[in-house]
Order: sequence, then C-alpha cells, then structure tokens
Amino acid sequence: MLGEGAHRLDELARSGREDGDMGIITRGFGGRREPEAAALPPGQYLTRDFPVLTAGPTQYVDTADWSFTITTETGDRTTWSWADLMALTSEDIETDIHCVTRWSKLGTRWHGVPVDTVLEHIETAADYLMAHSYGGYTTNLPLEDVLDGKAWLAYGYADGPLPVEHGGPLRLLVPHLYFWKSAKWLNGFTLLTSDEPGFWEGFGYHNHGDPWREERYDGD
Amino acid sequence: MTETPLRDRGKVGGPRPRWLPARLAGLRSETGTARTMTFDVPEWPGHQAGQHVDLRLTAADGYSTERSYSIAAPAEDARVSITVQEVGTGEVSPYLVENMELGDALEMRGPIGGWFVWSPSPEAPVEQPILLVAGGSGVVPLMAMVRERARSGSRAPFRLVYSVRDPGQVLFAPELAQHAQDEGVQVDLVYSRETPKDFARPAGRITARDLATPPDAGWPDDPPPRAYVCGPTAFVEHAIRTLLDLGYTNHNIRAERFGPSGG
Repeated sequence: MLGEGAHRLDELARSGREDGDMGIITRGFGGRREPEAAALPPGQYLTRDFPVLTAGPTQYVDTADWSFTITTETGDRTTWSWADLMALTSEDIETDIHCVTRWSKLGTRWHGVPVDTVLEHIETAADYLMAHSYGGYTTNLPLEDVLDGKAWLAYGYADGPLPVEHGGPLRLLVPHLYFWKSAKWLNGFTLLTSDEPGFWEGFGYHNHGDPWREERYDGD
Repeated sequence: MTETPLRDRGKVGGPRPRWLPARLAGLRSETGTARTMTFDVPEWPGHQAGQHVDLRLTAADGYSTERSYSIAAPAEDARVSITVQEVGTGEVSPYLVENMELGDALEMRGPIGGWFVWSPSPEAPVEQPILLVAGGSGVVPLMAMVRERARSGSRAPFRLVYSVRDPGQVLFAPELAQHAQDEGVQVDLVYSRETPKDFARPAGRITARDLATPPDAGWPDDPPPRAYVCGPTAFVEHAIRTLLDLGYTNHNIRAERFGPSGG
C-alpha cells in the first residue's frame, strides 16, 4: 500500500499542471462558453436533454412485483413492498446532476423518500453499502454519503412518475456524486463493514465519484 | 449484467490515466459530415476494441473543454484513431471535423471503459459468435472490434447490422465490404429513411427479422451469441427490446448509448 501511495504522488507530480496551469493550446479552437458554466463542476458541460446511460438492458419491473430489501452485515433482512414504501413520508428534491460522461443538468426536480428514513430502524455497525438493482447492477457508497439528507429513494421525476429509462419505478438519487452512483431500478442495499467495488468501480471508474473533485477514474 | 463475479475482474483501469499530448497525424473523410482523425500519442498505453478516450481542447485564452469519443481502430505504433460525426450544434465536433489540421495538438487521456470491449479468445474451443448492432455513428466502437478481429486473425463468427438514415451516411463502406469479402464478417445494412436504388429491404427501423441470426450463418448452438449495441438512446432501447424478444438476455447484451447532446 505504501508503494502504491508513493506511485500516485509521483504521478501527481508529473501531471501537476492539471491544477490550473494551461495545457497544450489547440490551434484554431475558440470554444463556446455557456453562461451557466460557472455552476458546473470541472470538465462538465451543460445539457438540456436528459441523456440515458446504462450498461445493459432497461429493466421493466411492475410495482406489484417490486420490493426493496436492506441486508445488514449480520444477514438481517428488512423488506419493503411498493405499498410499504409509498406509505413513508416523501419529499420534493430540486438538484443539479452530473454524469461522468460529462453532461450536467441543472435544476432537476425529483420526488422520493430520504435514505435516512429506511435506514432509521436498521441496526448496523457498517460504514459502507452496496446498492443493488434489478438486472444485476451494483454500486458502492460510504454510508456517510447517503445519510443526513444527501440521498433519496426517488420514484418521481418532474411532475410524474420516474420513467423506466431513467430507472423507474424507483432509483437511488445521490446528486452530489457522479450519476452512476444513483443506481437505476434499485431493489436493495447490502450493508458492509468494509468497502467493495461495485460494477463501474470494478471497471476502472473512481471509487467515490465526487464531481467537484473530478473523481472520474480510478486514481484521480 | 455481470458475466463474471466482481472479485475475479480486478481493476482494469490500471495506472491513473493521464492527459497526454496528442498531435493530429492523419485525416480521412468518411462522409460529408464525418472524418477519421489519427493522433500520434507517444506515451499511449494501448487499448481494447470498444474503449473510448477523453479529449481536452484548450483555446488560446485558456478556456478548455473536454469530450469523450470512441476509438475506431486497434492501436498501431502509439497512434489512436477516432471517427467524429459532426453535430451541428456542438461545441467541439464542428471544430474537429471542419477546422483541425494536421500537426495541430490537443490532449488525450485513456483508454476508458472496460465493459463495452471485445477481445479474441484464441484458447476457447468454440469462439463466441458476436452480433454488432450499430445506429449511425454508433458504428465506430463496433468498427474497432471488426478491425481487431482482422488484426488478431480471430475467426470468431461476426455479424454487423448497421442502421443508417440514408446511403450518404454510411461510414467505412469500402472497408466493411472488404471485411465481408476477405474475413467472413457478415455485414447487413439497414436504411431507416431512404434506401439505395433497388435495395430489397424497404426503409424502416430495425426489426426482429434484421437481428435474428440467419439460418445459414453457421453459428454454433453453444456458446450463445453476445450482442454489442451502440447508437443514440432511442435506437439502443429499441434494439435491446428486440434482442430480448429474440432470446438474448441481460447477460449477453452490452450496450453503449449516446444522448442527442453529444458533440
């Protein structure tokens, strides 16, 4: 581990100009600055569309068959049906979202249940969770990134239900991290005492994914 | 969606992908609005077919912006080729397609993406048949796979179903014909709006008939084929639904989508 750290410092030193010094100038490139660009994390551009990015097929899950299960590090399981989840206090969320493929979308409106609510009565000593989705997708998060009003189980988008291509009936919403952490078609959390990489994290994407620190790829 | 347990895969990202200087060393027009650009990247670490790169362009006043593009071909002497389709309203693609000249420089980092990749498996007793489904410029990473197959001498059964709006939009047409003739890659074009004269299939979007394995393809029953689908979001969603109806599953479909905002 020591060796790895030393290697990374070395790499950082060699690519030190990333912190503001100007790189190579591309002759003839003028660019077109968007007025809202100031509100964007580094390396992002604004989109007014809502692009869809998914590793595999869209999952079609009927709410009648849907359930959400939290499994603790000791194997205890708590399951919510769709009706159980709808009975929980929900709220409106207005937030910016940032995808690692470089688009950002400002002022998106969602509706859902805070992750705090479903974790409230779960007994755990875990520091991490693995989010699981219908279709097999996974993504890992520290618990501190989903507690204290930072993440939601979202089932509404704009003024309607969350469309299936965007993860409906329900997805995780963790807007302060790159959007691959906001797992579509969510169906559970596994609580973990030690961190493990999820799907994209195992393919070289950053373990944490903070857009403001531009944590795109492993080692950033 | 995972085909192998997470723990067996390890990290494919390797060392931190750094921004590398890249100089434009080759240009080829593909259509009126697309061209292939080959960059000299002296420190390039190599890549797999299907991966992409990030480009960073910096204006004289220090303003810079970044975009991702699919790599179009296997690496050759630290050269990286991308094929860029101009998006009229884009900030970057019009510059790349219209203005950038040989010798001009930008920064590149990668390769990126370890999921939407194909590599030959010469040790397999029967190589897995591969169905490539392209919508428009989504053909680029799939072309990288076709080229990698030829470069490596793989005999994996390959079929490309390539949907374009009209005959003027076909990328890589002569080379695809060559791969079909010399390498046994089956190439089927589908025109969604307008066909060439005397083309048997009427214009229209891709159907189950287009994607079903032809009876004379000679594909083995086992292993089942894997499909790679790349194109605009709506195209990919439609193609995937069609493949699921044909018996493909979550486990043997890999997809890459791009939104209308690219470029």
